[in-house]
Amino acid sequence: MSILIYAESAEGKFKKVAFELASYAKKVAESLGTTVTALTVNISDVSELGKYGVDKILKVNNDKLAGFTAKAYADVIKQAAEKEGTKVVLLSSTTDSIYLSSLVAVSLEAGFASNVVGLPVSTSPFQVKRNAFSNKAFNITQIDTDVKVLGLAKNSYGIFESAGSAAEEDFNPTIGDNDFGVKVESVEKVSGKVSIADADIVVSGGRGLKGPENWGLIEDLAAVLGAATACSKPVSDLGWRPHSEHVGQTGKPVATNLYIAVGISGAIQHIAGINSSKVKVVINNDPEAPFFKVADYGVVGDAFEIIPQLTEKLKAFKAQHS
Amino acid sequence: MKILVCISHVPDTTSKINFTNGDSEFDTAGVQYVINPNDEFGLTRAIWFQEQQGANVTVVNVGGPDTEPTLRKALAIGANEAIRVNANPTDGFFVAKQLAEVIKNGGYDLVIAGKESLDYNGGMVPGMIAGILGSNFLNSCTSLTVDGNNVKAVREIDGGKETVSTTLPLIIGGQKGLVEEKDLRIPNMRGIMTARTKALTILEPVDAAVNTKAVKFEKPAPKSAVKLVSADNLDELINLLHNEAKVI
Ligand SMILES: Cc1cc2nc3c(=O)[nH]c(=O)nc-3n(C[C@H](O)[C@H](O)[C@H](O)COP(=O)(O)OP(=O)(O)OC[C@H]3O[C@@H](n4cnc5c(N)ncnc54)[C@H](O)[C@@H]3O)c2cc1C
Repeated sequence: MSILIYAESAEGKFKKVAFELASYAKKVAESLGTTVTALTVNISDVSELGKYGVDKILKVNNDKLAGFTAKAYADVIKQAAEKEGTKVVLLSSTTDSIYLSSLVAVSLEAGFASNVVGLPVSTSPFQVKRNAFSNKAFNITQIDTDVKVLGLAKNSYGIFESAGSAAEEDFNPTIGDNDFGVKVESVEKVSGKVSIADADIVVSGGRGLKGPENWGLIEDLAAVLGAATACSKPVSDLGWRPHSEHVGQTGKPVATNLYIAVGISGAIQHIAGINSSKVKVVINNDPEAPFFKVADYGVVGDAFEIIPQLTEKLKAFKAQHS
Repeated sequence: MKILVCISHVPDTTSKINFTNGDSEFDTAGVQYVINPNDEFGLTRAIWFQEQQGANVTVVNVGGPDTEPTLRKALAIGANEAIRVNANPTDGFFVAKQLAEVIKNGGYDLVIAGKESLDYNGGMVPGMIAGILGSNFLNSCTSLTVDGNNVKAVREIDGGKETVSTTLPLIIGGQKGLVEEKDLRIPNMRGIMTARTKALTILEPVDAAVNTKAVKFEKPAPKSAVKLVSADNLDELINLLHNEAKVI
């Protein structure tokens, strides 16, 4: 029956979430007494996936799938699941995978749980823990269908290597013209910068930075850490930073290993979007800022003095530790 | 063009989240409800189509009678009519199934849902409607124009955006960007008065498979207090991040 994962890739390389999904699938497969099959699309060298517990890789190579088309990709996943007799299909929580998941679930008549944050609480009945209420609570959901689809929240499990190697098999699903009702005309990627979705570390600035001319502070700190930059909502509303950087309940969710908030008060709507980040550092001149209540580490003081110093010290630290 | 805007009735963003009945139910005591923010962007865009291109806008919610003030608010903002499917929205598939039925019977050209609701954050309903109906579907939509049957839209992708073209009938999962936040409508007195005379149709639900159920809720474990580091001792912060938290 095997567990099927969709191992997402971009520009011929696996995304990190693919390895997290594989690691997670391996554990779920152990508890169900089965194996893990991964589906890949248009990747020639898939060997890296084998390190994370995948037993078999179904390789799809098809020019029609060169660009991401949700309906076509969902159709391919469905056919792979049927071919493998899969009872559990796992997807990650990238924008593309979220797009796919409900289409896959409906086509397989499967119960679907999104935002899953850990291994199943129980496998019989099948119950998983999920984020709900903008990360202010968890919801234990029971899936009662024969086939189940899960969407794993980013950075909620981790990446673990395991011994073994994966068998590779070419897979040629049928792709119909009616899969292409939505055509991609052009793609614009923010180049040369780490995106919030891919980042392990995010450095975020709020209204405390006073104006867009001061963003060099945030960018320099982010550059030393290899981090993505982000901001609070008023900052993007004021046009200091692009909307794509706005994190929070109405912006992007951030589930990184480290979130550094500079000059952000910590309003409930902001916290909702960053709550699932592992370690939070807050730098704010107001000791009463609500953000300190949810932070792991804090520095009370003026960002304009602290950030340049911190950046210099981190540079020295990095030079020593690389 | 006939537009259907799916409206989720959700706790206001500042609501305290608590549970009752052995942590099996959300505690609604003292909670204010609002139109789900992602849906609000979609509703405003729909009203724009109504004003600029003569579209007819219906809003729909799957929920009990307590959600009617939220639908009335959408009518006050400018929707032409409202539908309430009289059922407890138990899971994403159930809701999608009800909405798909409304869409089939109503012959809508464009269906705008929010990419996710702020209560259960499932992000399931728009894609499931599209899956059930086999319609064109676009998620995380941040810009939308319609010319006859042709649609141009932008969707957010990780690390950028993508411009797409498609045709009606279409289902979208929309979000901020469909309109600017400053352009969001709030009901004015005239809107509130006319909303009272607009039709709010109540439909009974159709059968749907029960695929999932929420069995229990939990709150995150209380957090330990923040470790404060003096601004004069940033080396200590680096030390903690490296040796204790192991994140750098
Ligand atoms: C429906 C709704 C949805 C929302 N969604 C979001 C969302 O998704 N994301 C979001 O971020 N917000 C959201 N908000 C807004 C949110 O409520 C807050 O208004 C916002 O997060 C505040 O941003 P801020 O902390 O940058 O600004 P402020 O509240 O102005 O705080 C600035 C902080 O900077 C500190 N500061 C000032 N000068 C310095 C200095 N020199 N050095 C160090 N610190 C300094 C101040 O002490 C203060 O704590 C939403 C609001 C609503 C009503």
